[in-house]
Amino acid sequence: MSFKNEARGKSSSETTNLDSALREYRLSVHSWSDAAYSRPRTAMATTRESHFWRFASGLALSCVVIASGISAVVYQHHRQPAAVALVQVAERVPPVVQKQIQPARQEDEDLLAKVDRDVARGVPSAMEPLAQLMAEDESQ
Amino acid sequence: MATAEEIAAEDFSAVVTKHRPRIFRFLLTSTHDADLAETLTQDCFLKAHRNWESFRGESSAMTWLMRIAINLQKDHWRNRRMQFWRQTHSHAVDLDEASEWLPSGERTVEQQMLARERVGQVAKVVERLSERQRTVFLLRYVEELELSEIALATGINEGTVKAHLSRALAKVRGELEGKR
Repeated sequence: MSFKNEARGKSSSETTNLDSALREYRLSVHSWSDAAYSRPRTAMATTRESHFWRFASGLALSCVVIASGISAVVYQHHRQPAAVALVQVAERVPPVVQKQIQPARQEDEDLLAKVDRDVARGVPSAMEPLAQLMAEDESQ
Repeated sequence: MATAEEIAAEDFSAVVTKHRPRIFRFLLTSTHDADLAETLTQDCFLKAHRNWESFRGESSAMTWLMRIAINLQKDHWRNRRMQFWRQTHSHAVDLDEASEWLPSGERTVEQQMLARERVGQVAKVVERLSERQRTVFLLRYVEELELSEIALATGINEGTVKAHLSRALAKVRGELEGKR
């Protein structure tokens, strides 16, 4: 390509020199660019992959932490009303049911009193002196 | 039968295959960073794909894509966080990078060395140009676009394009003459 128009008014030797310098510069840039364009790019891919895994593991860890926090809050939130509800249910036992429960409780108490009476028998007369000695030791 | 969407997708795929190396080259020369050029090229075609239906063919696909690439590059450098990195990078980059890739052809060793020196000088001047001058210079002398195409791609009128080119060329000529 000629660049004579831009270099008009200059001597032919200067123009030739400028023309050849510009042509050589263009050829050099083209060769340099072709070499850079076709160079292998494996390092770039590795970097991207490591970035990807770092990002993925960070994201997964964040998700686990967030999920744990949410679970704890939800668990606490559900647990407190459940305990309160149980107390309320216990308090709200209808009178009919309470009347049915009361005789049964009374029967249980009577039975336990009878067992106590049977177990707590008096000391035989032959053992009374020994029993008195034990009572004295305890008092000392 | 292929649907309209499939036809559009095939068209876009052909556009990517045809113009991707050229867009990458422009971004690589502008940024001097292959990874950054690769990223911006991908962004460019992603943006183009999203707006493919709105492309009416008033300009060529190449000019349209180049305009997107120029805007992406501007947005990138405007980002304040990248300003510090840009300064560091521009100091670290080898200005003669392009000269390392000069095809040897059938020249003598001396001719090759002279050619490398000239390419290094041009690269140094290009690096020192203002952003707009550099963009116009690269589009003209590396991508070989016409002045009207450069005007469409950069969004500035042809007269301003000529003025930028003239100043950039004067700097290149000055560098070459000064070294002789």
